[in-house]
Amino acid sequence: MSAREHGTETGGARRMSGAGRVLVFVYGVLALAATGRSVFQIIDRFHEAPIAFSLSAVAAVVYIVATIALVARGVVWFRVAWITITFELVGVLVVGSLSLFAPAVLGLHDIDPFGRDATVWSVFGMGYLFIPLALPVLGLLWLRSHRPSAAPDGAR
Amino acid sequence: MIEWFTTLQVIVACAAGVLCIVLGLAKRLPGDVSMGAVAVVELLLVAQLVIAIVAPLVGNEPSGSLPEFYIYLISALILPLAGGFWALVERNRWSTVILGGVCLAIAVMVYRMGQIWFVQGA
Repeated sequence: MSAREHGTETGGARRMSGAGRVLVFVYGVLALAATGRSVFQIIDRFHEAPIAFSLSAVAAVVYIVATIALVARGVVWFRVAWITITFELVGVLVVGSLSLFAPAVLGLHDIDPFGRDATVWSVFGMGYLFIPLALPVLGLLWLRSHRPSAAPDGAR
Repeated sequence: MIEWFTTLQVIVACAAGVLCIVLGLAKRLPGDVSMGAVAVVELLLVAQLVIAIVAPLVGNEPSGSLPEFYIYLISALILPLAGGFWALVERNRWSTVILGGVCLAIAVMVYRMGQIWFVQGA
């Protein structure tokens, strides 16, 4: 239990320590951005690109879960973080490629990453400074080097 | 929305963001300078909110979607409060970096707000 109070550099004991907090923060902001945008798009013009906007909403939910999973401790949350962040990486690659090469599949009218159909994952997250592409990679690297040490953390 | 004020706001938010990130990487805890910079950014956002409420009444209509504009503005208003709260709870240098991140995120959001008001749909 004392690991929690020691805070910053205890490594595996608490995943979101030190620079990890910045990672969590960026995840939080992206979750906020994706949620805000998808909610607005779904309320305002869902019929225009239902598949793309649904994906947008899924992405938003996954970002929220991933943010929580990064903060929460324990083996289960660690696994949840793995799954959600892997899902994000696959999502940004698949949706990014589709939006570039086959926008019609997603029901998009153009590939403008800033346009009215744009989602967080369009053109690999270009409208979000490619943060959606970089973040899952950083997240997975972070998780790899911060496995929860099974005993004190998981047994809790 | 007033164009020069929006531009000023983006510049101030960027400057505050860079300042906080530099302070944080220089191992400074959140202090008067970094918290003050964030407070200035928040103050400008409140001013922006007042402008956004008054502008349509005096004939300064947004070219794009007003609800979308407000989603950005309200999210932006919440961010410094969340970041500041975090900085008070977690006293370490990464909180200073996060304050910088808040300011940079706000710079992007204000830029987007400007696009919605002036460019989108025009």
